[in-house]
Amino acid sequence: MSLTDIKKNILRMAHYSYASHVGSAISAADILYVIYAKAANITPQNIKSADRDKVILSKGHASTALYSTLAEFGLLPKEYLDRYYIDGGILPGHLDKDSVAGIDASAGSLGHGLSLGLGMALAKPKYKVFVVQGDGETQEGSVWEAAALAAALKVKNLILVIDANNLQGFGTTSDIMPLDTLEAKFKAFGWETYPADGHDLKQLEDLLLKPQNGPKAIIARTVKGHGISYMENQLKWHYKSPNEEELKQAYSELDAAEKGKTK
Amino acid sequence: MRNTFLKTLVEEARKNKDIFLITPDLGYAVLEPFAQEFPERFINAGIAEQNSISMAAGLALNGKIPYVYSIIPFAVSRPYEQIKVDCAYMNTNVRIVGVGAGLSYGPAGATHHALDDLAIMRTLPNMTVFAPGSLNETEDIVRYSVSHKGPVYMRLAKRGEPRFNYKTQAGKFSTVIEGTDFAIIATSNMLEDAYNTALQYQKEGKSPLLLSAHTLKPFDKEKILSLIRKGMPVITVEEHNIIGGLASAVSEVIAPSGLAAKFLPVAVNDVFSHIIGSRKYIQEHLGLANLKKKIDKFLVSL
Repeated sequence: MSLTDIKKNILRMAHYSYASHVGSAISAADILYVIYAKAANITPQNIKSADRDKVILSKGHASTALYSTLAEFGLLPKEYLDRYYIDGGILPGHLDKDSVAGIDASAGSLGHGLSLGLGMALAKPKYKVFVVQGDGETQEGSVWEAAALAAALKVKNLILVIDANNLQGFGTTSDIMPLDTLEAKFKAFGWETYPADGHDLKQLEDLLLKPQNGPKAIIARTVKGHGISYMENQLKWHYKSPNEEELKQAYSELDAAEKGKTK
Repeated sequence: MRNTFLKTLVEEARKNKDIFLITPDLGYAVLEPFAQEFPERFINAGIAEQNSISMAAGLALNGKIPYVYSIIPFAVSRPYEQIKVDCAYMNTNVRIVGVGAGLSYGPAGATHHALDDLAIMRTLPNMTVFAPGSLNETEDIVRYSVSHKGPVYMRLAKRGEPRFNYKTQAGKFSTVIEGTDFAIIATSNMLEDAYNTALQYQKEGKSPLLLSAHTLKPFDKEKILSLIRKGMPVITVEEHNIIGGLASAVSEVIAPSGLAAKFLPVAVNDVFSHIIGSRKYIQEHLGLANLKKKIDKFLVSL
């Protein structure tokens, strides 16, 4: 299981399809990796079963992060990654539950995932439901409707991870609608709330596994396009697709970073 | 078309200081000219569509003319009840501008497709519904919309639409090609497809009439009745569900008229697209491609 390969696949899919949102997908890759590697019990054996943990990627535009993660964990045939966002493809730009097993909810319109997750958590109290959403996405009022009810119902198997990269459609989230106080907001709504470095795998793992007596929110501070120097914190990578040269540079930066770690 | 919309709105905003532009954080690389020239009249409301619409209604209730711009599902479906109560019921001068008609967003997937917007906007009392198919229509409709009383929905395509040189009159179909054999009525982003089909018929020596239904509400009933009375076969073409859009509007005129009509509706047959591909690719799978073949078959059957 290689996180570097997941990120390479995200980049490659954005490259050949000319699709947008590569920065958003890279931003969420570490979070999804830790969820599938350490927290959610989802295996090739139980993938088609309703009786298992669930993962909802509410920021559906980061779909390539989920597709690549599923493929890396043997939950999706790797060759499907070659059929994203193209004529006759299998994997759409935004998530379609009916496209492949392992997509637990369709997504692409923001602010649905937490409510869906609440319903799933209530339906199967024995299983955990992980919802990954963006920080810009918390501007949707429905997020707070779900947040209030999840706390009122003391739902113990719902875990929200906010991929807080501080960039959205038109600029920085702190310029458009400052949400620097997300921790305080979720706490005030009655959630067990933890700040995190969204690229610190060990910290994410510990927080995801921490026992909970009610709904849990991890506010994961992330970097859009993390680990790729020309992409980091750049709004244009919400839209642009990397060309051949940019792809090569990204690969070599990811390889160098991995080498540095294993030394 | 979205750039033509914005350019025209900027021209109007120079003349009319009540015009506002609001976006729930969409329209990057489109809306900037307005935002730069009129920063005090541009509001990025964040990713929050319901608040955007109701806030726009509040502005309108106090004399402003707000345009709310987003991708169609997020402009129309997400805040539908706010539109119903705050725009339609209170009859406020809110202009809802949705980009990405029909399958324009192709491989992005069904969350971004717009196959229901004409239906749900048409059912709202007081709502005027526009669906321009060309750049000249877009300009005329944007200019018209500024002084219109009551709420307006404007369905925009995306980019690359044709430009014709006729003037557009709100509420009346535009004649794009004169003809006498049969009538093709197209709306929104299917106007170009229908235009190319009509040209093919002209090459065969036939005389198709091509009308653009850029206004779905109020609907040009008189024109439909006059075609039916002449015994002209009528074909409607839309990238929308067959329920509630152009085909429905035409049927609503024909059925109570008591006239016998020859009518072929070309539309999406009440399905979501789970097909992945470009707009053209999905069209082939949803029965919107090969218009000429469909129309040929219909005309032969008469």
